[in-house]
Amino acid sequence: MTWFLVHFAEIVFYSLAAVALAGAVGVIAFRSPVHAALSLLGTFLAVAGVFVLMQAEFLAAVQVLVYAGGVMVLFLFVIMLVKARDIPDEPQYVRRLVPAAVGLGALLAALVGVGIWAASGGLPADGAALRMVAGAPLGNTEAVGWSLYRDYLLPFEVVSIVLLVAMIGAIVMGRKESGRGGAA
Amino acid sequence: MTVPISHFVTFAAVLFAIGAAGVLLRRSGISILLGIELMLNAANLALVAFGRQHGQLDAQVFVFFVMAVAAAEVAVGLALLVAIFRKQRSIDVDRLNVMRW
Repeated sequence: MTWFLVHFAEIVFYSLAAVALAGAVGVIAFRSPVHAALSLLGTFLAVAGVFVLMQAEFLAAVQVLVYAGGVMVLFLFVIMLVKARDIPDEPQYVRRLVPAAVGLGALLAALVGVGIWAASGGLPADGAALRMVAGAPLGNTEAVGWSLYRDYLLPFEVVSIVLLVAMIGAIVMGRKESGRGGAA
Repeated sequence: MTVPISHFVTFAAVLFAIGAAGVLLRRSGISILLGIELMLNAANLALVAFGRQHGQLDAQVFVFFVMAVAAAEVAVGLALLVAIFRKQRSIDVDRLNVMRW
């Protein structure tokens, strides 16, 4: 029992990582787009759990709201709008590239491994800075909000314009071309 | 909290690799967008892990911006897919040649 309590963070992390990776494999393995999207939902939720483990509680909430909520609903709607089935498997020329792909992939994995090894020495810093607001330890959400509205106010406003432009663009591209007689 | 940061970052790298494989292997436009979402999530994980390692809150703010831009990307990407489907009756990206005339 004490072992369980001492290693609680590890147990939670490796379970969540296993769920997330299984969901990710499901995303590229399922033929049905609805199954792939629901598999991605599992990955999103597991990643939100990992955010909580990494003391990013605000991001975990945003991850659930934006990804598991908004993005996933959007995906499911579009999957129902378009006919995503009966798309054939990857073409034959992919098979001939497998040896080269394995070699290059191993090389890239070695490079990334060395990078991770070089970049991740030492112990994690004290997490107090992640919840400090003007010298007082309040909470992660307050700290992110403080940083967002004080240090990053201009990027915050710019990103709101980006969202507005994307919304207008999506509406313009998504509506039927009617009125000018040029219907597709 | 005894999970070393290298495990967090390795997890993010594997997630990114799976997403990249999905983008490269699948031919359905929907699957490609799903793979892009996986890669964005992996990048966010790595950012948050390194931010925690250095005790910096800025990483979490950046991840917030990445999420906002990702939401915009998904909205535009899916609208493009719907528009392409209206024109082509298919979202197979190997058959996309609407830019040619």
